[in-house]
Amino acid sequence: MTSAIDDEVRTDGAPPKKPTKRQRQAAAIAEAASGSMKVLLLKIVLLGIVDAVALYALFVLVGAEQWIVAGVVLVVAAIVNWIYFSKRKLPAKYLTPGIIFLVVFQVFVLLYTGYVAFTNYGTGHNGTKEQAVSSLMASSLQRVEDSPTYPVTVVDRGGELGLLVTDPDSGDAFVGTSDEPLTEVEASFDGDRAVATDGWTSLQFADVLNRTDEITELAVPYSDDPNDGALRTPDGSSAYRYISTLEYDETAGTMTNLETGVVYSDTGVGAFTSENGDQLLPGWQIVVGFDNFVRAVTDPRLANPLVYVTLWTFAFALISVASTFFLGLFLAIVFNDMRMRGRKIYRVLMILPYAVPSFLSALIWAGMMNESFGFINQVLFGGASIPWLTDPWLAKLSILIVNLWLGFPYMFLVCMGALQSIPDELQEAATVDGARPWAIFRLIKLPLLFVTVAPLLIASFAFNFNNFNVIYMLTDGGPRDSNAPIPVGFTDILITMVYKVAFTGQLRDYGLASAYSIIIFVIVAVISIIAFRRTKSLEELN
Amino acid sequence: MSTLETTGAAAAAAALPKRPFNFSRWFRATGWRHIVGLVMVVFACFPILFVLSSSLNPQGTLTGSNALFSKIGLDSYIRILSSPDIPFANWFANTLIVAGITAVASTFLGALAAYSFSRMRFTGRRFGLISIVVVQMFPQLLAVVAIFLLMSAIGDWFPAIGLNTHAGLIMVYLGGALGVNTFLMYGFFNTIPVSIDEAAKIDGAGHARIFFTIILRLVAPILAVVALLSFISSVNEFVVASVLLIDPQNQTLAVGLTKLVSNPRYADWSAFSAGAVISALPVVALFLWLQKYIVGGLTAGAVK
Repeated sequence: MTSAIDDEVRTDGAPPKKPTKRQRQAAAIAEAASGSMKVLLLKIVLLGIVDAVALYALFVLVGAEQWIVAGVVLVVAAIVNWIYFSKRKLPAKYLTPGIIFLVVFQVFVLLYTGYVAFTNYGTGHNGTKEQAVSSLMASSLQRVEDSPTYPVTVVDRGGELGLLVTDPDSGDAFVGTSDEPLTEVEASFDGDRAVATDGWTSLQFADVLNRTDEITELAVPYSDDPNDGALRTPDGSSAYRYISTLEYDETAGTMTNLETGVVYSDTGVGAFTSENGDQLLPGWQIVVGFDNFVRAVTDPRLANPLVYVTLWTFAFALISVASTFFLGLFLAIVFNDMRMRGRKIYRVLMILPYAVPSFLSALIWAGMMNESFGFINQVLFGGASIPWLTDPWLAKLSILIVNLWLGFPYMFLVCMGALQSIPDELQEAATVDGARPWAIFRLIKLPLLFVTVAPLLIASFAFNFNNFNVIYMLTDGGPRDSNAPIPVGFTDILITMVYKVAFTGQLRDYGLASAYSIIIFVIVAVISIIAFRRTKSLEELN
Repeated sequence: MSTLETTGAAAAAAALPKRPFNFSRWFRATGWRHIVGLVMVVFACFPILFVLSSSLNPQGTLTGSNALFSKIGLDSYIRILSSPDIPFANWFANTLIVAGITAVASTFLGALAAYSFSRMRFTGRRFGLISIVVVQMFPQLLAVVAIFLLMSAIGDWFPAIGLNTHAGLIMVYLGGALGVNTFLMYGFFNTIPVSIDEAAKIDGAGHARIFFTIILRLVAPILAVVALLSFISSVNEFVVASVLLIDPQNQTLAVGLTKLVSNPRYADWSAFSAGAVISALPVVALFLWLQKYIVGGLTAGAVK
């Protein structure tokens, strides 16, 4: 394929020079001689597939009127074609596939997290204002007392249910779904009931019975104006007019409860709110600025958990790194003796915890540490009921023990490697100079060891800082803190708190969870900058 | 402290004529090391023995599993594989598919990137390397809310790659493909002499031919390590999988088995144990088989 710009391929460390015209020609000839037809065909086929997928995506997105996303797809597809048909852009040919995934699923989602942190997105606030209006109207429907009976036939179009309605006064047929208000259609009649219309399948009696739940839920808007109410059918054969107990005034932006007369208005908090502060939910999604952050650090019921969760996160990560490292180092020293027999067997048996997937290990430990039935209490402690996982402090200790079990083999392997890379001559020279073994270890080997393992200790800290599995599988963050309005517990670390706020419990608060994520980003960024300054790891990247 | 017997002295000791066995000398030299070793082996292996024992218990609750190896039978294996309520076979297959494809694809994407960073000089190269380090410091699970919202939006337009699909989950995992693994590979690629590339180029090979037929073979050990580490981390991944895979039939082992024993008191503990043994076996086997390379890969990272 294209080896056109040969000096882009490394020959030495010198910066590339612009190729002369002659060089380019020579490269083109070499290219033609080396690239076979098969390769070219493969390239065209692969790009063809990419373009076909992009084209399909464009059709769908334009159909859904997603202009921005469609534009992005178009631009990316164009860039990909340009890169792979160009004779140049050699590095880009190798980097593009990975970068596309990186940009979409890592960079973009990071930025999007930032955006969500500034909104009230979550349970009760997950749509637009129009969606909130129609869902409020639909949820407060009440049957009109003297409404006429509309003969209906339940119809289906690709899984979506609709009602084929006959107007009892005029005898005209209308069809509509939960999204689309009634529109007049041509239909075939059986007596004074419309029974079938083009483009829809009429449900038979058995189908109606099978889908009773769906059918009784179905509310077909009467017209475009939500105040006109909807038609619902309790039995699949006759429908009645339902009108909402709420009245929506679009110009004033208010909802009025017709029964109580309370007026709910849009006060800019993302939900219709009455004068005494009652909100009608669902509301809609709005940008709330720094509200989530302010709430997280000033509302005492949220700030208190945030403080102890942050402290525990640091303690957990630091103690985990320290305990695994020192146990690993100790074992590496113990087993780094050539006279000892069976070292290989010991090594294989001791690294087994590292080989078992950690979610399984944590679940197994959770079983063994169970207060009333677990092996540790029942057998090792002779039937005692020690609350390993349910007492705030013991649960923390249990987590540290299990994480030590999970992490020491890695440190053991790393320290073995690092110890063996320290030349023996250093030790011999020190011994000749009269140094005791402990002095050799403390003053010579340990500093050398730290130089090599420091980056790994930092990486291990970063890993444990977000070590979701061991916390979630072992204690699920528990015991639960009953004072907090969010489902947080005494062994939760920051990342499990984010997960719980966003995905468990009755109220899912995506905005608050994202704000916590941003707080973690900031902490991680500060630590990384300090760590990099100290270790100068980036200096290696020449 | 006698922990630091020199290896030189050890070699000298081996060369000496055989001395009569002296227990206290043996104990001071290596005997106590065996005691440490035995204690650690018990600590390391006990939970594994426990789960093996309870998986062989035909009808075991958590309490019933405490008498180790008191009953032996394969009933719980049959139960977890055939129970209509627990789609264990699906979970297992899903995990193998998702983790397998992720491992292969992310290693390939990483190798492509490592090749270009190692062999080519271009504007933005240093910036690219640093950006990869910086971006991968922020793990994807922090952005799990945004990932969920993004995938549910994608699912509205393209149900085949949206929420509740394995393709979608794999794509999310591939977002991390250019992470730390690229660095491990980049370092290894740098150790392959450039003169090999040049010789091939003189013989008329293009860059693609050099990459696919020469370089990829020379770096096979590091590819194996990276693929294995990626496989294990995808098997272990819970957060994104639990958020994206809604339908129990579609879930992975991490999600399914965790929900299965969310209350160990009432759970069918021996069936879970059997599931755990089946799930851990391929990973442990792969790990032990490739142990040499993994240790090499870790220490290569350590002494870099």
